[in-house]
Amino acid sequence: MAEAATESAAAEAGPGGSSPAWLSTSPAIHVSQLTKRYGQTVALAGLSMSVPRGEVFGFLGPNGAGKTTVVKLLLGLAQPSSGEGLLLGSPLGSLDARRAVGYLPELFRYQGWLKAREVLMLHCRLAQLERSSWPEAIKGALATVGLSDRADDRVAGFSKGMQQRLGLGVALLGKPQLVLLDEPTSALDPVGRHDVREIVRGLRERGVAVFLNSHLLSEVEQVCDRVAVVDHGRVIAAGRLDELLARPQVRVRCTGLEPQAQPQLNAFGVITFDEGWLTVSGIDPGRVPDLVSAIIEAGGRVYAVDPGQQTLEERFLQLIEAA
Amino acid sequence: MATWVIASLTWRELVRRKLVVALLALTAIVIGVSGWGFSRVSGLHLGGLPLTQGEIHTAAAQLLLLVMFMFSFVLALTCAFLAAPAIAGELESGVAQGLLARPLRRRELVLGRWLGLSLTIAVYTVCSTTLEFALVGWTTGYWPPQPIAAEAALLVEGLILLTFTLALSTRISAITAGVIAVISFGAMWLGGVAGAFGQVFHNAAITNVGVVTHFLLPTDGLWHAAVYAMEPSSFAASAIRGLNSSFESASGPTAWYLVWVALWMVAALGLALFSFESREA
Repeated sequence: MAEAATESAAAEAGPGGSSPAWLSTSPAIHVSQLTKRYGQTVALAGLSMSVPRGEVFGFLGPNGAGKTTVVKLLLGLAQPSSGEGLLLGSPLGSLDARRAVGYLPELFRYQGWLKAREVLMLHCRLAQLERSSWPEAIKGALATVGLSDRADDRVAGFSKGMQQRLGLGVALLGKPQLVLLDEPTSALDPVGRHDVREIVRGLRERGVAVFLNSHLLSEVEQVCDRVAVVDHGRVIAAGRLDELLARPQVRVRCTGLEPQAQPQLNAFGVITFDEGWLTVSGIDPGRVPDLVSAIIEAGGRVYAVDPGQQTLEERFLQLIEAA
Repeated sequence: MATWVIASLTWRELVRRKLVVALLALTAIVIGVSGWGFSRVSGLHLGGLPLTQGEIHTAAAQLLLLVMFMFSFVLALTCAFLAAPAIAGELESGVAQGLLARPLRRRELVLGRWLGLSLTIAVYTVCSTTLEFALVGWTTGYWPPQPIAAEAALLVEGLILLTFTLALSTRISAITAGVIAVISFGAMWLGGVAGAFGQVFHNAAITNVGVVTHFLLPTDGLWHAAVYAMEPSSFAASAIRGLNSSFESASGPTAWYLVWVALWMVAALGLALFSFESREA
C-alpha cells in the first residue's frame, strides 16, 4: 500500500542520517513488514505503509483487527516481532520519535486527582516544551477542545466525553508534527464528533499528519485523505478514499427475479440483494441499460434505477466480507 | 529530570489522595495513646513497692519494642500498599500509556515512582520513630542505645519491601503484587521465629531456616537489627543464653549482612527497571 514517492523518501531517511533536512522531509510514518505476534495469535501481519507529512490517514477495521496494536508499535509501547519503521524520520519508539508526536490513547485515562490544567502542565513538562510556552499552549489546547471553563476542575469529576476531550487537548500540546488518534470520538456526542473533525481539518491545514484509528466510518470518510482497511492483522485494502470508492455501482429496485437469474447477472459486477434493491458493484456505467434488459429478460419488474457510488460503509463491509 | 517530574507527581498524588493526612492523623493517635501508656509506667507498683529506675527502663524497653514491632508491621503494609499499584495500577488504568508516549524513558518512570514513594516512607519513618523515642525518653527516661541505627534499620526494612513490591508491580497486577509482598513479609517473620526455636532446641536445620529467611528477603533480619539498636544491653546478654526472639537480639547485624542488604536492594531495583523496560505497555 506504500506510495512510490513516499517509499523513496523513506528509503533515504535512515537512522544513520544526521541532517535535519531529511528529518523534516521524511514521511510522518514509514513502516516495513511490521509484524506482531502474541504467542500463536498474529495481531499484525507484515504491515508496510508510508504516511506523508500533512496527510490525514484513516486506519479502519472491525474490533480486534489490530488497529491499536499498530499505534502501540509506532510509539514503542509494544515491540514488533519483526519488521521496522520510522516515525518522523526516527526509529519507532525512540525518544526523538516521541518528541513531536501527540497521542490520544483508546483507553484515555488521566490522573483523576489532578486538575485539567495540571494534566496539561504535566504533559508540557514531559514533552520538554519551553517553560515560557506553557501558558499559551495550555490555554490554546483547552480552548480547542472546549474545556476552558473546566480548566481548574479535577479530572475525577469529568464525564467520559470530557476526559476524551482532555485527551485530545493533551495530544495537541506543543505543536506536534504527527498526531495519533485512537478511536478519538468513542465517548463524544454529535457536537463533540463535529469538533473532532474540525480539529483534524485544522491540523491538516497546519501541515500536521494525523493517523486516525477508527471503526466509525462516517468520520473517516469526512476527513481522511487516504485509508487502509485492516482485518485480522492484515491490510486488505488501501488507497486514496476516492480511489477506494471509485467502483461505480447501480441500485435497481425490482421484483420477480428468480434466484437462478443471479449467475447471469454476475457478469455485470458483484451482486447483492437487500430489501427489494439489487445492487451491482463495479459495473461499467455504459452497461446499465444492458443490466436492466437482463433483469427484465429474467422475469424481473424494474421500478427504479439509481446509479451512484459506494459509501465507505458499503465498501468496508464488502471488503471485510470478502476477507 | 523526568525522574524528578514523576517523583514530584507521586508526592502530589499521595497528598491529594489524602494518604499523608491519614498517616499524620494515625501517627498522632498512636503516639498519643502510647505516650499516655508510657507516662503510666513510672507510677506502677510491684509487690506494693514502686518500680526502681532500672525496672522502669526494662518495662519501657519491652513496651517500646512491642510498639515498634507493630510500627514495623504497619510500615511493611504501607510499603506494600503504596508500591503494589505504583506501576501495575498505571498500566491497568491506561494512565501509563499517555505518559510513555512522551519522551520519557521507562526507567525514569520506575525510578521516579520509587524515589517518590521511598522519600515519603523515609519522612514517615524518621518522624514517627523520632517522636516515639522522644516520648518514651521524656516519660520514662529510657532512651534506645542506638536510635539512629534503629531508625535506619526500620527504614531500610520498609524500603526493601517497597522495592520488592515495585518490582512485582512491573509484571503482575496490583492486587497480586500486594498480596505476594505481604505474604512474603509474614513468611520471613515466621522463618525468623522458627530460627529462634531452632536456637533454643539446638536444632541446626530449624536454625538455618531463620538464617536463610534473613538472606532471602531481609525484612526480618533488619527487624532484628532494629531490635538490637533499641534494646538495653541486658536484653542482648539474655538473648545469647536463650531465645533470640522477635523482641530480643543477641547481636547487631554484621558488616557483610549490611552489604548483602545493600546488594539486595540494588538488585531488586535493577530487576524492576529491567522488567519494566522489557514489557509491553
